[in-house]
Amino acid sequence: MQHTIKYFGMLVEATSKNEEQLQTEICSVAQLIQQLEHRYPKLNEKNFKVAIDQQLVDNDFIIKDRAEIALLPPFAGG
Amino acid sequence: MRYNIIFMETKKPKNVFKQGAITSEFIGNSIAKHQSKTNIGAHNIFLGQVRADNIDDKIVTAIEYTAYEEMANQKFHEIREATFSKFDLTCMHIYHSLGKVNAGEICLFVFVSSPRRKVVFEALEYVVEAIKADVPVFGKEIFEDQTHQWKQNT
Repeated sequence: MQHTIKYFGMLVEATSKNEEQLQTEICSVAQLIQQLEHRYPKLNEKNFKVAIDQQLVDNDFIIKDRAEIALLPPFAGG
Repeated sequence: MRYNIIFMETKKPKNVFKQGAITSEFIGNSIAKHQSKTNIGAHNIFLGQVRADNIDDKIVTAIEYTAYEEMANQKFHEIREATFSKFDLTCMHIYHSLGKVNAGEICLFVFVSSPRRKVVFEALEYVVEAIKADVPVFGKEIFEDQTHQWKQNT
């Protein structure tokens, strides 16, 4: 499956990327995070939420093909 | 009233973001535009200003804002709809900065209006707290020596 992953704020620094395409097997959010933390060890120290197609999801959510996945560090609006 | 609800549900999210600081001229013009809406008896305005925090002996000189813009505009839209359904408001406007905003400048402008005053006090607090908690906006606090840290709402 092919996904777009978007990084924001401090996670852009941790991954040196704003966005990337990623191929995965069918997986849950928790499994995806594990893969990403393996690829970008600095993510391990970060606190973030995950949004899929612009909705916050839990770790057991199963990711569908061609999802837009966003890793969101703590909010700081206002 | 029923017409209003249907209308709001079908409305597309607006773009809340403005590049750079929100100027006092923009805020003044926004107030002036409401003079024709004579059913309004009370406005309430929240202005978020960038604070020159002192963190470990370094002073914050600016915040650089970024956002997951599509999701953020959708969240602002949901907050608007929830606020209109909870409170008897005539209108509401929200503007948030993107990019660099210097200490002392305005980065958030929320404006609610109603026929009566009590509702605008409650509604404004509700809107501002929801923005702080639910909208994916990120802030890089830049110090005098150009180092930075990431802001986090508490």
